[in-house]
Amino acid sequence: MNRLGDLRLHATLRRAAHAVAVLIGVSAATFAVAHASGDPVTLLLPPSASAASRLELAQALGLDQPLPLQYLTFLRHVLTGDFGRSFLYRQDVVTLVLDRLPATLLLAFTAFAIALLISIPLGVLAASRGGLAELALQAVSMVGLAVPSFWLGLMFVLLLAVRYHLLPVDGYGGASHLVLPAVTLALQSIARLSRLVASGMRETLGSDYVRTARAKGLLEYRVVWVHALRNVLVPVVTMGALELGDLISSAVVVEVVFAWPGIGRLAVDALNARDFPLLQGTVFIAGVGFVFVNLLADLLCTRIDPRIAAGAATR
Amino acid sequence: MRVRSWLGVAGALLLALAVLAALLAPLIAPYRPMQLDLRARLAPPAWLVHGSTRHLLGTDNVGRDILSRLIWGTRISLSVGASAALLGAVVGSTLGLCAGFFGRRIDAAISWAIDVQLAFPFTLFALFLLAVFGGGFLPVVGVLALATWVNFARVVRAQAEVLRTQDFILAARSIGVPTPRILVRYVLPAALPSIVVVGSFSAAQAMLTEAALSFLGVGVDPTTPSWGAMLELGRNYLQTAWWMAAFPGLAIAWVVLGANLLGDWLRIRLDPRGGALR
Repeated sequence: MNRLGDLRLHATLRRAAHAVAVLIGVSAATFAVAHASGDPVTLLLPPSASAASRLELAQALGLDQPLPLQYLTFLRHVLTGDFGRSFLYRQDVVTLVLDRLPATLLLAFTAFAIALLISIPLGVLAASRGGLAELALQAVSMVGLAVPSFWLGLMFVLLLAVRYHLLPVDGYGGASHLVLPAVTLALQSIARLSRLVASGMRETLGSDYVRTARAKGLLEYRVVWVHALRNVLVPVVTMGALELGDLISSAVVVEVVFAWPGIGRLAVDALNARDFPLLQGTVFIAGVGFVFVNLLADLLCTRIDPRIAAGAATR
Repeated sequence: MRVRSWLGVAGALLLALAVLAALLAPLIAPYRPMQLDLRARLAPPAWLVHGSTRHLLGTDNVGRDILSRLIWGTRISLSVGASAALLGAVVGSTLGLCAGFFGRRIDAAISWAIDVQLAFPFTLFALFLLAVFGGGFLPVVGVLALATWVNFARVVRAQAEVLRTQDFILAARSIGVPTPRILVRYVLPAALPSIVVVGSFSAAQAMLTEAALSFLGVGVDPTTPSWGAMLELGRNYLQTAWWMAAFPGLAIAWVVLGANLLGDWLRIRLDPRGGALR
């Protein structure tokens, strides 16, 4: 047990170091793109401004420094939570993004929960029973991967809200406002995850330990839902983290369709107003959040399957 | 297995029809995509009340023929999808080869780049990039390739890593074949089936993302009839003219489904064990 604890600690440290390396990359990429967005001096000063006042502003903003130093300054600001101010809203970018983040997370996690609740049983049934479940899986995965989520959302709005007034069309409020956007967002994930569960389950059901479990007379549902499922869940958790990233990415479009006040809508508003600090802050904070989600998923995997901790520590 | 290959044929057929529509657009589209018919604004599809066979799928808010615009729109969707997949394939496969074949340093660097790329919610990152560099065909393709190269790099990397220690590669090395030649002549052909499969899925992904970006207003070009942009426009007329939004979405689903089905089928045909491609 102690040895396993050591391995876990080692694996955790490795993963954390990796996360830091990725964070550095994320910040460098964001900085590089923002730098390419143009000279803030020309944006802030009228064209008639004199060369001296341009230079003065450049110095005040630190733009006369060499690029690596500017990056370090950017990093220092970011670490203290300073992402500049939004032109559009005349507020700190951090406040704006953190205000909107809960709405996006609520949407993404609800969609994720819906996706897990549907795709795990669907995948398991398709792999262990076949028949109708298999057919449903094929249909869902084909349609779910091809139909654009924003179109699906619009059709939901058209049929359920505009025609039959069953659910509210847009906005933010009680659970009824959450249903349409979350279901819309979940469909793609259901398609991907149920395929993953089904193929993992097919593979696991053919393995020796499952045969042993059956041979010793365990009930079939225990073999499938307890013994086999545990092994199937490892790739699901790893993919689940990527899936959350995809969900947050797709949420941008779904938020626009349903007028959901999350960071996706914020980013589109920033885009239309050419509000670069706000756009940069949104992208960066989303990226950082995703790195942490990934790290958590990695650590969760080592909990489910101790062999992974051993593998990561010795690699 | 037979159902599978039947689905693959269906996918190829869907794509072939779309390619045909793109090539023959000037001949088969009843109208030019920008042609206005102001007397027939918001005309419903032919089979509805007030519909007429002059506009089979109806018209939009300024009387442009939806069917014609869909046919012309095939050009954008397919060319963007194919270009993004191709560019991603070239960049991603090259980097994947290097990562899998050369030692740990290069592998670590490229794997790091993959992880950084995957850390950004892609739609947000794409919005940021296109806001900075402006829209248009090449920027959109470039940004989409940023999403697709990762797919190729991961698969090719895994294959190159396995091949590196195989006997025939060691043999080639021991008789002094230069490394670039080994990569191009022996490793790349072995990875080619996977590249084709990933290419099919990546094209589907790129077409879907292009539609999303056009929907958000940072697409190829506002003056060309892009399906995503048509959907965006149709969104404002959802209550009065549902066909403006409904048909472009079906067109997107058509080509994406085609590419996905083809990819599924190729995967089974070219890589029966499904090893590297999952």
